[in-house]
Amino acid sequence: MTTARPVETRPAAATRLEPPVGAESGPFWEATREGRLLVQWCTRCDRGIFYPRAFCPYCGDAGDAGGPLEWRQASGRATVYAAVVEHRPEAAGATFADGAPFCIALVDLEEGVRIMTNIVGCPPADVRSGMAVVVSWEPLSDGRQLALFRPAGEEGT
Amino acid sequence: MSGEDRSLRGAAAIVGVTDDVSPTGELDRTGRELEVAMVLGALEDAGLTLADVDGVCHPDSAVAFAEYLGVHPTFVESTMTGGSSYEVHVEHAAAAIAAGLCEVVVSVYASTPRSDRTRKRRQARRGMAGPNPMAEWELPFGLRLPMGPYALSAARHMHEFGTTSEQLASIAVSTREWAARNPRARYRDPITVADVLASPLQVSPLHLLDCCLVTDGAGAFVMTSAARARTLRKAPVYVLGAATCTDHVGISQMPTLTTTPGAVSGARAFAMAGLGPADVDVLMGYDSFTITALLHLEDLGFCAKGEGGPFAVDVGLGPGGSLPMNTNGGGLSFTHPGMYGMFLITEAVRQLRGEADIRQVDGAEVAVAHGSGMFLSVLSTAVLGTEATL
Repeated sequence: MTTARPVETRPAAATRLEPPVGAESGPFWEATREGRLLVQWCTRCDRGIFYPRAFCPYCGDAGDAGGPLEWRQASGRATVYAAVVEHRPEAAGATFADGAPFCIALVDLEEGVRIMTNIVGCPPADVRSGMAVVVSWEPLSDGRQLALFRPAGEEGT
Repeated sequence: MSGEDRSLRGAAAIVGVTDDVSPTGELDRTGRELEVAMVLGALEDAGLTLADVDGVCHPDSAVAFAEYLGVHPTFVESTMTGGSSYEVHVEHAAAAIAAGLCEVVVSVYASTPRSDRTRKRRQARRGMAGPNPMAEWELPFGLRLPMGPYALSAARHMHEFGTTSEQLASIAVSTREWAARNPRARYRDPITVADVLASPLQVSPLHLLDCCLVTDGAGAFVMTSAARARTLRKAPVYVLGAATCTDHVGISQMPTLTTTPGAVSGARAFAMAGLGPADVDVLMGYDSFTITALLHLEDLGFCAKGEGGPFAVDVGLGPGGSLPMNTNGGGLSFTHPGMYGMFLITEAVRQLRGEADIRQVDGAEVAVAHGSGMFLSVLSTAVLGTEATL
């Protein structure tokens, strides 16, 4: 399980549980330092894989000798699949929310994989299934960034 | 004792093997990568593929490993007995195959203590290297467990099918009506739909009264052969059908938020029993949250997918209704110590023995105990019946 690490740079994120790096997800997290969202891709199935694995769970190819798994940059555009609002952040241990209700969502990336995130940049209760969203990076203490999302259509996105 | 029973003799066989060792004492691969390589190697040895696998054994968590493999097994086996674990897996897989629970079972081992030390790798625990995917991909977003995943399912169900908070609340209300008849229930005072909607929102759309209790609790059951059961003190309650299915651990890996793997376990358990939803006199459906029970009504086939909301309001789940559900008062009002599934079984048995006092369902012959584990992750269905159902 993960452990909370102290953060000096961004008090608002002080108690967010920072994600550990899985055995196959190093490239994903490194790219977040540059604000790039990567998706692991099976070139044989021609589909995305999430979470990152040592093999393709759809065709069973383990990718020996380099093959068929690769990393592709995602557009950052996604659609909300389901969204909920945590009304008691303290009960969730989510003090990064500073006591205010916040939105947790599953979003479907344009590339076809589903991930969990927070929707920011709008009142949490306004988030609906089917809403178009775009990635919005939040720094972690070690320079990695967490992929949050905000409603699309702002600032030309 | 059943030592003369030869039902497993010749019923199952080992058809593929692989292993990986090195004279250096170290391997390059570790953790899940190594485990997957072993599974694929053994399957190739057998001329099979992952698509054939419907049973998974892993001494840490067969469910987590099945999620990683991307398979949806109907048999999961996580017995951990130290060095003998894999012989136990052979024994249990043979029994499961003989019973028709599954057809192709994989069991896997990977452990790299030497290279973990020499390469200063973070010490893997029993071969399960790498962090928990939920810690990496879900917990940073503050989703409260166990409630949050169920709230996500409810939100999606509302979006797809127009299910309402009032319909969910009706399940809490009918369950409380049963609890009123159980002197051991934690909460017995009647509640209304309005009371549920007025209780504080937790993770929306779930209100406090949509959620199960947190209580102490304990239980046990004893099973024996049908022949021996007939010589004992109480009327036997027979296992007519049983099945399990899992399709994820973390909620972001659930294929469809509105259909649980109980759709598979329920259909298989009913098929084994030669019965269907219309034959059920008492439904004990794990009610960690109101949405959990609603999903059971759909996935077990009591109503069509998407119709659980209106069905829950109309069918009569409470005392005197046509589908008595959670007659002990459920996890919502009776007790919920964490792994509530034991109480599904104890209440089903009491109903089938006619021991349920003022909450007794008249003429109960068939009961279903339908358990939901983790985050709608592992559903297991037991169809139970009296002597008359054999």
